[in-house]
Amino acid sequence: MKSLQGIRVLELGDYISAPYCARALGDLGAEVIKIEPPGGDSSRRNGPFPGGPPDPDASGLYLFLNTGKRGITLDINTSTGQEMFLRLLEDADVLVESNRQGKLEALGLDYGSLKDLFPQLVYTSVTPFGRTGPYKDYAGHDLNVQAAGGISIGIGMPDRSPLAIPYSQSDYMAGLAGVAATLIAILARDLTGRGQLVDVSGSQVLAALISFVYFLPNFIYRGVAGTRKGKRGGEAYFPNTIMRCKDGFVCLYPLRLEQYFRFLELIGSPDWQEEPRYRNRRAMAEEYPDESEALIAPWFKERTKEEIFELCMEAKVPCAPVRTIEEVVKDEHLNWRGYFQEVDHPVAGKVKHPGSPFRLSETPGELGGPAPLLGQHNEEVYCDRLGITKEELSRLGMAGII
Amino acid sequence: MQALAGFRVIDIGYVLAGPLVTQFMADMGAEVIKVESRTRLDGTRRGRPIVGEDIAGGDRGLWPELSPLFHCINRNKLGLTVDLRTPDGLAVVHYLVRVSDVVLNNNAPGVMDRLGLGYETLKSLNPDIVMVSMPGVGDEGPLKDVLAYASITSALSGLMGLIGYPPGDGSGGEGLLAGQIQGAWGDVIASLTGIIATLAALRHRRLTGEGQYIEVAQLEAAVSLLGEAVMEFEMAGQGQGNRGTRHSVMVPHGNYPCQGEDKWVSIVVQGKEEWRALCAAMGNPAWTREPKFEDPYLRSLRTEELDRHIARWTGGYTPQEVTEILQQAGVAAMPVMNIEDQFTDPHYREREVFVESEHPMVGTEWLPGIAWGLSETPGSVRDHAPFLGQHNKYVIQEVLGYTEERYQELEKSEALV
Repeated sequence: MKSLQGIRVLELGDYISAPYCARALGDLGAEVIKIEPPGGDSSRRNGPFPGGPPDPDASGLYLFLNTGKRGITLDINTSTGQEMFLRLLEDADVLVESNRQGKLEALGLDYGSLKDLFPQLVYTSVTPFGRTGPYKDYAGHDLNVQAAGGISIGIGMPDRSPLAIPYSQSDYMAGLAGVAATLIAILARDLTGRGQLVDVSGSQVLAALISFVYFLPNFIYRGVAGTRKGKRGGEAYFPNTIMRCKDGFVCLYPLRLEQYFRFLELIGSPDWQEEPRYRNRRAMAEEYPDESEALIAPWFKERTKEEIFELCMEAKVPCAPVRTIEEVVKDEHLNWRGYFQEVDHPVAGKVKHPGSPFRLSETPGELGGPAPLLGQHNEEVYCDRLGITKEELSRLGMAGII
Repeated sequence: MQALAGFRVIDIGYVLAGPLVTQFMADMGAEVIKVESRTRLDGTRRGRPIVGEDIAGGDRGLWPELSPLFHCINRNKLGLTVDLRTPDGLAVVHYLVRVSDVVLNNNAPGVMDRLGLGYETLKSLNPDIVMVSMPGVGDEGPLKDVLAYASITSALSGLMGLIGYPPGDGSGGEGLLAGQIQGAWGDVIASLTGIIATLAALRHRRLTGEGQYIEVAQLEAAVSLLGEAVMEFEMAGQGQGNRGTRHSVMVPHGNYPCQGEDKWVSIVVQGKEEWRALCAAMGNPAWTREPKFEDPYLRSLRTEELDRHIARWTGGYTPQEVTEILQQAGVAAMPVMNIEDQFTDPHYREREVFVESEHPMVGTEWLPGIAWGLSETPGSVRDHAPFLGQHNKYVIQEVLGYTEERYQELEKSEALV
């Protein structure tokens, strides 16, 4: 038995945020039906693609985001499509959607229109700016969400443009928040029998959970708004930085005093540490970090990142290699733990995916089967569940509705 | 009604990743008892900033009730001080386990066992307990003892190495690594992963009566969100490395300078219509009609030149002005906000991204609001973060049923320090 056994999720989203949210619910045992427009989810055009021409059934991003789901196609812009969508909602517990503000209102499929018809439904919206407020109609992508969320200002070199965290990370963060809030609504529904609107805004998740916790106290009590510092971490004690070594970089952060002393001992207890200027770790980090880092740089330049990692592990100094994705995929620790999971897909073949991070002893999160081909489960869902005949199904296909 | 009313949670979390999970639960109505000790102050009860002038004292932990960061991530919780190394202190927590639903910690592997709070012990006290551990890289495995602060986990996950400026444009042939995120990104990913696993386990227990042990490795939580990068390596044999703010299909896609010091606006253009809308908003300057900027593929070959053209236009406006002009035209744009921008932003005000709360020693203070909207069970920020030991009497007498006399005895001993 899985934790969310018996929970039925309909997904009417696109690209990353809503699909990731629905996939995580699926990892935990919910049954997920993904509804795509007849042209397919936009992540099908994203890649990466295995050799040869781009095949929308083999886009790596799509495969990763949609494991374990049933996939059907439906054009909800048609009245027949809307009617079939309403029939699918009849035995759904959760709807996860990420449509632009106004689109579902125009079709009569927004929360306000559906809540009396489906009082049991948990209606989860995952959008850049949320369903209320002055920016609710704004267009936004991951980069805009990270900008408004207060993340971008804190990434990059101080004298260059702000960056953002790559690979659409705010969409995933919004998706995760969507899962948490949906589970809260499911637990509430156990008690009341009623669903509700779950309104998740990606920019708000970033602002409330990261920007505010991190920057707010410094702004209120020190008048410091905070900005980016390149390779250096937030204000703390020296050293809190990334150091260049023989074959790449390591991240160094011996925060506690005993860790710092062990680090000094490891690099040969240098003479400079006797000087008063180099005994104030706050000042070294905040006032003359370049000069301070130059003191320790030679030790790192002579060693490879794995040599440094080993020495630091032994000496109990917090310091780790800045890994490439290749190194992560081949990482001994993650592979020892059986973290990656191979999924066999009829078009893409066997591909290793990041596994589920939900390690529950009795009901572990698991990737389900491979992501669906476009419309793969149309017959199962429309004919077997809704009772549509195969003949009707083929007519709906020709009409461009599925 | 409160969605999580009736659940009791013992929070043995420390600093951020663990305490955020229990704060989410407390906001939604769970009774969260934060177990801490004056013998090992929570890291967020000391350090900077501190309310008042005594910064050095704050660094030394002299003002444990005046740390705003602690207030931000421990509101709505009850405070119990216990020295777990004393037999009486440990007994108090063991009794508490019998009447609780969840025990959460983000200690290093093995610490809970050494404290006498390992899963086997907890299960013997309360067979349906849900125990949640959030170690840095996992309870088991070759690296289990690595000292995993957030930046260390970020380095090991591959994320840190992907943050930087791409080759060229002043960044040299290999690009320029920036690496750090000012903000507790990894902790928040772990905390969201943690609450999801915890709530799933509570649902399972509601249906079956069974508890379980949950392990959320912060490293795995981070790698889980890098699926696209992993798939690139697995399917194409290589990743894209540092892409800066660039995107292969949406061009332009970047942060552009505006009027004011360190002021920027993010702009993303998807498809032909949006490109035309951007050109029109900029007044259709001659360069936009050059064939070399015709389609996104061609533009992606000349990103530096394209970005310089756009920056000349954005430089004449504030980020808010560019945002309004472009959003009116149907192009995605948002200011690159710092905390001050967010704090005064009308959208965030209306959505209560930050809320005012009363603290007896600070007065009115600002705290982060609830990160998501739930129409029927919104949750609330009800109580300020607890003082050290503020709810000792309530927990010992009301929850555990000890006599007043026994409670007084414990308070005088070393157990409740």
